[in-house]
Amino acid sequence: MTLKLLLGLWLSLVIIVGIAFPITVNPTNWYDLPLVPGLEDKARIIFFHVPMAWVTTLAFITSLIFGIKFLSNKNMDNDLKSASAAGLGLMFCVLATVTGSLWAKFNWGSFWNWDPRETSIFVLLLIYGAYFALRSAVEGEEKRATLSAVYAIIAGVTAPFFIFVMPRMIEGLHPNEAIVSSGKISMNPTMLIIFLSSLAGFTSLFFWMLNLKVRAERLELKHYLKGE
Amino acid sequence: MNLISFSAENIAKTFNRRKIFNDISFTMKEFNSLAITGRNGSGKSTLLKILAGVLSPTKGEMNLVIEGRVIKKEEYFVHLGLVSPYLQLYDEFTGWENLDFFRKVRGLDTADEYLAELLSRVNLSDRKNDFVRTYSSGMKQRLKYAFALIHRPVILLLDEPTSNLDDEGIATVYQIMEEQKKSGILIVATNDKEDITMCEYVIDLNIQTLKKGEK
Amino acid sequence: MKTGSSISATWTIFKKDMYSELRTRYALNALLMFVITTLSVILFSIGNENVSPELLAGVLWIIIFFSTMSGLSRTFVSEEERGTVMTLHLIARPLTVFFGKLLFNLILLGALNVFTVVLYLLLVTGFSVVNYPIFIITIILGTLGLGSGSTIIAAIIAKANTKGTLYPVLSFPILLPLLLTVINATKLSVEGVPLVDAIGEFQVLISYLIVLLAISYLLFEYIWKE
Ligand SMILES: Nc1ncnc2c1ncn2[C@@H]1O[C@H](COP(=O)(O)OP(=O)(O)OP(=O)(O)O)[C@@H](O)[C@H]1O
Ligand SMILES: [Mg+2]
Repeated sequence: MTLKLLLGLWLSLVIIVGIAFPITVNPTNWYDLPLVPGLEDKARIIFFHVPMAWVTTLAFITSLIFGIKFLSNKNMDNDLKSASAAGLGLMFCVLATVTGSLWAKFNWGSFWNWDPRETSIFVLLLIYGAYFALRSAVEGEEKRATLSAVYAIIAGVTAPFFIFVMPRMIEGLHPNEAIVSSGKISMNPTMLIIFLSSLAGFTSLFFWMLNLKVRAERLELKHYLKGE
Repeated sequence: MNLISFSAENIAKTFNRRKIFNDISFTMKEFNSLAITGRNGSGKSTLLKILAGVLSPTKGEMNLVIEGRVIKKEEYFVHLGLVSPYLQLYDEFTGWENLDFFRKVRGLDTADEYLAELLSRVNLSDRKNDFVRTYSSGMKQRLKYAFALIHRPVILLLDEPTSNLDDEGIATVYQIMEEQKKSGILIVATNDKEDITMCEYVIDLNIQTLKKGEK
Repeated sequence: MKTGSSISATWTIFKKDMYSELRTRYALNALLMFVITTLSVILFSIGNENVSPELLAGVLWIIIFFSTMSGLSRTFVSEEERGTVMTLHLIARPLTVFFGKLLFNLILLGALNVFTVVLYLLLVTGFSVVNYPIFIITIILGTLGLGSGSTIIAAIIAKANTKGTLYPVLSFPILLPLLLTVINATKLSVEGVPLVDAIGEFQVLISYLIVLLAISYLLFEYIWKE
């Protein structure tokens, strides 16, 4: 209970601070954020968009781990966790895509540019979509759990190929080149702290939501079994 | 030392969280025979599929030992023959081609003569070069016996052994069952009185978990 | 009796599928008709336009991808539909079945791709390959990767209740890295760069193939086992 309040407080703080702190050319006060040429106020998206994209990946890995666990012990509870994580992952994936493309509209002039990172999130979206399409197409519970775990693993081992493939295809527009230029992070300490706090906040948010979802699904299942 | 021992320990199967049966246990030695009975939908066919290694049980273990060697689950098919209504042979091939395919996949060095003998035993010699799709249901059932016996299995599993067969076919099946009891283990899923009397032991799935030996 | 007989058993499964296909022509007819119809639609829509060879390199792989999707699931789906899966369980190890069917799919896709590529080179006048070694290696590696990926996905969708539309949906995200790479390599062959410049593409294709085969080897039993 207190944990939940704390998490709410934490994220509200991150959001307020991330939006309110002024951006200046020469940060002097502790609350000043540095100006990234070409990004200006639009740089603030880093506090929200990047954590969402991170949670999308984290959710996929979580789903994958529970999928592997299911295959090794055939415990249906692992499938429930795997599917719940994937459900949240899909949600965060949509959010990251929408925030990203809104930002792209204002910065690059169009909603979608097939930048390597946009393509990666698009592929993740496709994988999540395929995962749920498969789940809804299989009737037997155990079979559904097995097949979706296997599919997640296959997707998990082929997806990293994009890291090698993408740079060969299209050059990047993505601003991590501007903010993280040649290995040197041009965030000042304030910006970095807000960013990391946001990352931590979103990560906790994901695990809290996962826990909630898993418990809700378990209850629903119990209810369904009683009804039979 | 025992030649063959086939045992099941607390086998249970659940389909979509619905329990079909629970705690099935038995041990069969060479020359033993077992009948599995129960009303429609009690899980006879399901249990037989589990014993054949084509379906995983939800709980429980099976153990097959042949001449002191423990057989791995993946190798059950080498020692085991199954006839079942769920079994389908290849329609677009002839009876002979089907048997030839099974022989080669299993890596048997069975001679053509043995295949011919099997086919004449199930009375299909004159139709062996016809496509299976043109067979009657009884003829398909006969071909399944040739399929199940081609590798001279140690354990023979029969699901509704006499379905679709005429009197002559039924006589052949009983003869096969008698021979199996002399060479290995016979397990039959059936509700036919005559089939049941041919077996030493009976498991009734209606009164689950109970194993009673008759005779 | 392990490896030696496993190889001959794999070969037997392959031969069975081959004869079965030659008798029923389920996959072959669908595949050929697909290639011919798509190719003619493309030819109509190109008309007299000048389309860049780079774009045509992409179009070639679109035809190959979708024709793969129209027929390569048959090997597994037909066993499932006819109920012969249990029969296979009773006569062979899971991996024997998998490799037999993989071989069948690779041969089928290889033959189909030769047909498609020759037709494409003959009919699409704007498409001319400059560096043939790059082109041929790309087609071979692309066929192997595409065949392997679509075989393991075919095994999955054969177990699902709605199979048709699911196949491309599941395959696309898995095959996308391969498709992007072969399209890129085909572009290189059209541009006529020296062979060494395509080595990077080939490395991606080879490692993709190895990863897919390894993961199929590890996971097929889970899919196959009821
Ligand atoms: N693949 C499956 N998915 C879900 N339920 C199944 C499946 N296979 C069998 N069942 C269920 O398991 C139960 C047992 O079926 P099974 O075929 O083993 O019965 P049986 O004793 O052989 O019946 P019969 O005497 O009619 O042959 C049935 O209630 C059936 O509905
Ligand atoms: Mg039955």
